Amino acid sequence: MFFVLAVALFPLGVGPGPERLAELAPGVLWVLALLSTLLALDGLFRRDYDDGTLEQMVLHAQPLFAGVIAKIAAHWLVTGLPLVLLSPVAALMLNLPSEAFGTLMVTLLLGTPVLSVIGAVGAALTVNLKRGSLLLALIVLPLYVPVLILGSGAVAAVVDGVGASAQLAWMAALASLSITFAPFAAAMGLKVGLE
Amino acid sequence: MSFDSVASFIAMGGHGLYVWSAYGLGLVVLLANLCAPYITRRRFFAIEGERARRGAVDADEVKS
Amino acid sequence: MSSAMNVLKSWWHRLGSPRSFYGIAGRLAPWFLGVGVLGIVVGFAWGLAFAPQDYLQGNSFRIIYVHVPTAILAQSVYMMVGAAGLVLLVWRMKLADMFMVAVVPFGMSMTALALITGAIWGKPTWGTWWVWDARTTSMLVLLFLYFGLMALRQAIPREETAGRACALLAVVGTINIPIIKYSVDWWLTLHQPSTFKLTEAPSMPPEMYLPLLVSVLGFYALFGGLAFMRTANVILERERATQWVQATVRQHVQ
Repeated sequence: MFFVLAVALFPLGVGPGPERLAELAPGVLWVLALLSTLLALDGLFRRDYDDGTLEQMVLHAQPLFAGVIAKIAAHWLVTGLPLVLLSPVAALMLNLPSEAFGTLMVTLLLGTPVLSVIGAVGAALTVNLKRGSLLLALIVLPLYVPVLILGSGAVAAVVDGVGASAQLAWMAALASLSITFAPFAAAMGLKVGLE
Repeated sequence: MSFDSVASFIAMGGHGLYVWSAYGLGLVVLLANLCAPYITRRRFFAIEGERARRGAVDADEVKS
Repeated sequence: MSSAMNVLKSWWHRLGSPRSFYGIAGRLAPWFLGVGVLGIVVGFAWGLAFAPQDYLQGNSFRIIYVHVPTAILAQSVYMMVGAAGLVLLVWRMKLADMFMVAVVPFGMSMTALALITGAIWGKPTWGTWWVWDARTTSMLVLLFLYFGLMALRQAIPREETAGRACALLAVVGTINIPIIKYSVDWWLTLHQPSTFKLTEAPSMPPEMYLPLLVSVLGFYALFGGLAFMRTANVILERERATQWVQATVRQHVQ
């Protein structure tokens, strides 16, 4: 998995000093989780676009956003969930204190669906474009900023011994809002992109 | 006036380089934004005018 | 009651007609531009020469008169683009797309200018060119949002599709802006318990505040004039095959 590989690269680049790694760990873990999700996002619609089934879905699925939610959910099970489950391994490589492991997993569990669902909007808009994956990253990264801040902030707070309940509450709110509304936007994006 | 002389106005108490480069850049950007639509408009009428004129000439040629 | 609705509806439809907008734009643009240029010239001159020096920052604070208006406009224009996007998606008003195309470059230039003038201001005042504070970070994210809009528009060959795609992106972006600002604000209180606020306007005496107001109003008026002119240009370009544009061209050439 790209995620674990990239995390392993980090100490190689920065040096193995445990304190420094631990200090940077929450942020690095989250940034790399974000980038891994982004990489995988391109495949969300593209495979179906290439073999024509995407157009079929847009034409026939009633309502479209239900089909979109199903696709995103399936995609997340294959890309996001493994990330959550592998995160303790990655955290270990960066010397994250073990009491933060749980929070890390929870933030990823709450956050990666948000990343998937917001990313789906970008993926929908760029599915049939040349160099779409580059454009996808450009479009979607600014929108990822809040999730990144909340997620890494939560983990960092736990490491510092302060509670992360505020961050987690906000992440839950963000998750419920985006999961409710973004698929609708993604469906619209598909209709617009493929028309 | 907050300044005693033109020289002190330009110097801006030692910060002159910063103040003037900021304003200079601002003015350049504003001017560019101001000129652009005029240039585009002129170019449009030049191209379309030419096209209309040619169209009229072709129409005359076809007639004769 | 229903006649009022009819008046409103016909006004809305007339507003959305590129041809009538072109006429309105032609009449109003010079006024807006004039007021804008005047406002900016007066605001700048006042701020540079007549406003008092700042107690702490000396004269470098005068950059505020160019930095703050650009920052305000950068954000306002994006919101307007988001609103126009909504109009395009819901009412399919072509004019909304023409407006978006016309003003996005200006908005992006304002964002870039805000960032650069902010950096220039930062150097003498706080010693560094760049500082990660709430405003600079949000402004940087805004630059990326604009960039995404422009890139998406370039990448889609069909004009109508490009318009709708950008409209959707702009709406999503606009909804996200308050979320981004809030999280960035909060990110900073996390990492810098002693937040230093870049520009705290509240304690500004009127001699400092008024030229700023004039500048901001000038920038807005200028934007209005530019928006009129540039949208009019887009209208000409896109409606070039119509009778009325051809007639306008012939009139112009005479």
